[in-house]
Amino acid sequence: MKSILSVILFICLAGCADEKALTIATVNNSDMIIMQRLSPQFEAETGIELDWVVLEENTLRQRVTTDIATNGGQFDVVTIGAYETPIWGKQDWILPLDDLGEAYDYDDIFEPVKNSLSIDGTLYAVPFYAESSFTFYRTDLFEAANLDMPAAPTYEQIASFAATLHDPANNQYGICLRGKAGWGENMAYISTLVNTFGGRWFDMDWNPQLDSPEWAKAVNFYVDLLTNYGPPGASTNGHNENRALFASGNCAMWIDATAAAGYIFNPDDSKVAGKTGFTRAPVATEKNGSGWAWAWALAIPKSSKQSEAGKQFLQWATSKEYVTLVGESEGWTAVPPGTRKSTYARQTYQEAAPFASFTQDAILNADPANPTRDEVPYTGVQFVAIPEFQGIGTQVGQSIAAALAGQMTVEEALASAQEATRRTMAQAGYVK
Amino acid sequence: MLGIQKKNIHKRRTLPLVGPSVASLLLWMLVPLVMTLWFSFQRYQLLSPQNRGFIGWSNYSYLLSDPALWTALVNTLVLSGVVLIITVVLGLGLALLFAQDFPGNSVARILAISPFFVMPTVSALVWKNMLMHPVNGLFAFWSSLVGLPAIDWFGDWPMVSIILIVSWQWTPFALLVLMTALQSVDPQQKEAAYLDGAGTFAVFIHVVLPHIKRAIAMVVMIEMMFFLTIFAEIFVTTNGGPGLSTTNLAFLIYIRALLDFDIGVASAGGIIAIVLANIVAIFLIRTVAKSMDA
Amino acid sequence: MLQPSATYRNLITVSAWLIALLIFFPILWMFLAGFKTEIDAIASPPALLFAPTWENYIEVQSRANYLQSALNSIIISLGSTALALAIAAPAAYAFAFHPTKQTRNTLLWMLSTKMLPSVGVLVPVYLIFRDLGLLDTHIGLILINTLINLPILVWLLFSFFRDVPYEILEAGRIDGVSFVEELRHILIPLAMPGIASCALLSIILCWNEAFWSLNLTTSDAAPLTAFIASFSAPEGLFWAKLSAASTLAIAPILVIGWMSQRQLVQGLTFGAVK
Repeated sequence: MKSILSVILFICLAGCADEKALTIATVNNSDMIIMQRLSPQFEAETGIELDWVVLEENTLRQRVTTDIATNGGQFDVVTIGAYETPIWGKQDWILPLDDLGEAYDYDDIFEPVKNSLSIDGTLYAVPFYAESSFTFYRTDLFEAANLDMPAAPTYEQIASFAATLHDPANNQYGICLRGKAGWGENMAYISTLVNTFGGRWFDMDWNPQLDSPEWAKAVNFYVDLLTNYGPPGASTNGHNENRALFASGNCAMWIDATAAAGYIFNPDDSKVAGKTGFTRAPVATEKNGSGWAWAWALAIPKSSKQSEAGKQFLQWATSKEYVTLVGESEGWTAVPPGTRKSTYARQTYQEAAPFASFTQDAILNADPANPTRDEVPYTGVQFVAIPEFQGIGTQVGQSIAAALAGQMTVEEALASAQEATRRTMAQAGYVK
Repeated sequence: MLGIQKKNIHKRRTLPLVGPSVASLLLWMLVPLVMTLWFSFQRYQLLSPQNRGFIGWSNYSYLLSDPALWTALVNTLVLSGVVLIITVVLGLGLALLFAQDFPGNSVARILAISPFFVMPTVSALVWKNMLMHPVNGLFAFWSSLVGLPAIDWFGDWPMVSIILIVSWQWTPFALLVLMTALQSVDPQQKEAAYLDGAGTFAVFIHVVLPHIKRAIAMVVMIEMMFFLTIFAEIFVTTNGGPGLSTTNLAFLIYIRALLDFDIGVASAGGIIAIVLANIVAIFLIRTVAKSMDA
Repeated sequence: MLQPSATYRNLITVSAWLIALLIFFPILWMFLAGFKTEIDAIASPPALLFAPTWENYIEVQSRANYLQSALNSIIISLGSTALALAIAAPAAYAFAFHPTKQTRNTLLWMLSTKMLPSVGVLVPVYLIFRDLGLLDTHIGLILINTLINLPILVWLLFSFFRDVPYEILEAGRIDGVSFVEELRHILIPLAMPGIASCALLSIILCWNEAFWSLNLTTSDAAPLTAFIASFSAPEGLFWAKLSAASTLAIAPILVIGWMSQRQLVQGLTFGAVK
C-alpha cells in the first residue's frame, strides 16, 4: 500500500517538475542572500525562471566541483572564487565571458579583480563582490585609552595596542583573528602574515618553505598574540565566529575581510556600528602580500544547456543597475563591494559607507601576481593557485590550529606541516 | 545471534527470496568498488585530468606511510568505544529509571528519547553555537555564574566534546530499546527471586540482565555501525582538529580525498577503509554474536 | 522492595523528570532561539524574557521552499523504506527458516557493506548516477537510501523472524496449510510489530541521511537535510534563523517518532513474541 502510494507520488512529482528553470548554485553569504531575494525582479523582466541552490561555502565548493569535473550538468550558473576560476578556466570547464556587450562596461571593473578572474586577459567569471583584508578597530576604546591608530600600522604597534586593550574580565579581548583550520580560514590570514614577514609557500622548484625562519617568526608571533590577547576558543573561530564576536562588542581589533565592513556598519546587526574605525592591514617587514585578494564571482559551466539565459543573469547580477537596486532597496551599506569603480564614485555610497575609501585602497593594493618578497612559481596572495592547495592549506591549517590550542609547539607544528606538504607535492608529481 | 536454526522446515528453494537483496548489495558493492579499485591505481586528480595515468601502488603507499593514519585509527576506536560504553551504561541506567511507574512518565520518556530523532548536523550546530561556545554559549554563562572561567570546549577538550554530542544523540536510542526490553521481564520471576531472599542487585544480575542481554547486544551492533563512520558531528564542530585530535578514519579520507579531489588517493583510501572496517566488523560481530547466542 | 516508600517514589519522580528535561533541554533551547531576534539569540547572559517573533520563520520560508523539501523527505523516506522492506523481508525469511551453510557468511558480508565509506566512492557513484540520469531525482535517492539501510533491515528482520517460535510454523505445516497461508495467517501477523519497527527505524535513518542527499540532489529532489545545509555555518549572526530552520527540519520526524515510540521498539526487543 505504502509503496503504491509513494510510486504514484513519485511519478507525479517527476512529471510535474518544471523543466526549463535556470539552476543557480551560490554561497549563503549575506550578499548572495540579497541577490536571491531580489531575483524575482529578474524573473519578471525576462520570464526566465530561477532555481536556487544555496549552500555553506565548503559544501558548495565540494558539490559544484564534483558536478563540473564529472560534466554532470546540474548547474547553469555557479558561484566560484578567485582560487577556482583560473584552474577551471584552464580546463575549459567554464565559458569565457568577454562577450557580455558594450553596456556591461568591463572598464568599470577594478583592474586587480579582473586580473584575478582572467587567464591571459580573458575573463572567465564575472565578479559579484571582491574583498581584501584590513584592520577593524574600536574607536571608542582607542579614545578611552588615549591610543592613536596610524594609517599604516605595523604588527609591533598592533601587538602593543592589543596588550593595552585586553580586558578578559569584561569579555573584551585585545584582538580577534581567524584560528579555525582551513585553507580559506586561518591559512588565508596566516599566509598574509607570512608574506609580510618575508616568507613564501614554495620556492621556484616547488619545494615547500614551511621550515624557513620566516614562517617560524610569523607563526610564533601569531600564536603569542592570540594566546595572550585573543578570545577564548580562538582555535575554532573562523570568519563568521569572529565577525559575531566583533559585532557583539567583544574585540578591540580584528584583521579580516573588507567585505564584512558593511555588516559591522549596520546597526540592525551590530552593536558597534558607530564605534568602528578602519585602517590598512598591518605590515611586519614587507609591504607585498600583507592584505589578501579575493573575489566571489559568477561563471557558467560548459555543461549548461542554457548558457544564453545564464549570461543574461550574470549581466543582471553584476551590473551597475544591480548596485543601484540593492542600494535603494536594501540600504547602501549592503551593496556588493569591491568590484566596480562606479560604485565608489557614487556620492550616496561614500556618505553611507565611511569604509568605502579604505576598501578601495586595500583592493587596489593587493596584487596576486607579486605576493611575496622572493620570487615564487605561483599566483595568489593568501592561496597558491594549484588544485592541490585546498588539501595542503587545510592540513597546514590543522597543525597551526593545534599549536594555537597548545597541543604542540610551533616548531613541531611547522615541522609536521612541512613534511605533510612535501609528501603531497611529491605524490602530485611536482617534486621528486 | 547468528546461530542458525537447526531444522530446515520446508525444503524450499531460497534463491528467489535471498536473490534480490544479495544481488542489489552485490551491485552496490561491486560497481563502485570495481571503479574505485581501478581508480586507486591511477594518478587521477579531478582538477587536472590531463595528468591521468597508471601509477601502480603509489596511492596506497602514500596513504599507508601517512603518520596521520595511525592517529586516525586510534581516534576512531577511542571515539566509538567510549561513546558505546557511555550510551549503553547510561542508557541502561536511564531505562531502569524510566521503566518505573511515576506521574507523567510517558511524557518524560518522550522528552528523553527526542535527541535520537534530531539530524546529526542540527544537533552538532546547536551544541557548538548555543551551548559550548566559550563566549556566547550557555555553558560559559553558567560557569561565569559560579565564578569559573569559560571552558574552551573544542580547543581544550575536542574529543570529549565530540563524545558528549554523539552520546547525547545515541543514549536515547539505547534507553528506548533497553526500556522496552526491561518491561518484558517477567514480574513473577522477579517476585520469586525476591521471595527467595535475593537483594535488588542480585535480582538485577541474575534475572534482569540475562533477559535483556540480547537487546544490549543489538544496541551495541547497530550503534557500532554508525560510530565507526561518524562524520557530520566532526565536520560541523572541530573539522578534525585542533591538529589531528578529532580526525577519525572517515574524516581523514575526506581531508586527503575530497578536499584535494585526488580521486586516486580517495579510491585507495576507500579500499583501505573497507578492508579495515571489515576486520573490525568481523571481529566485533563474532564477539557480540557469541554473547548473544549464549 | 515489596511496598516502595513514598520518599522513594518521590525521589524517582523528581530525578526522572529532571533528567528528562536535561536531555531535552538543547532541543528546547533551539526551539526558543527560533523565536528570538538575532541579537537576543546570542545575548549573554541569555535572554529568558523576550518578545517572540515569527520573523525568522518568514525569512527561512522566503529563502528556501520548506514544503517542497519536507515533501521530498517524506517521499524519499517512505519510498526507500518500502523498497528496502520488499527486498529485505524475503531474504530475512529465507535466512531465518531455510538456512544454508552460507547464511552466516552472507549475513556478515551484508553487514560489512554498511561500512563502505561514502566519501571514498562519491565520484564513482556520481558518474554512475550521471549516466543513468538519476541525479536530482527521487528515485535516485530512494535507491541509494535503500542500499545503505538494506543490511540493517535484513539483519533486524532476520533476528525478529528467528524469534518466531518454530513450533507454531511446525503445527501449521502438520495441519497442511500452504506456504501463502502460512505467510498470511501465521508469519505476517506474528512478525508485524517487527516489520513496523524496522520500517520506522528506516524512515528515521533516511530522514537524517545527509551525505548523499546533499551530494546527489540540486533542487527538485532536495530533502530537508539539504534544506538545512543552506542555513548552516552562515556568515554573521544567523543563529536565530538557523534555529528556526532546524526546528522546521526536525519537527515532522520528531512528531512521528513521538507518536510511534511504542511500535518503534516493539520489534527491536526480544521476547515480545511468546
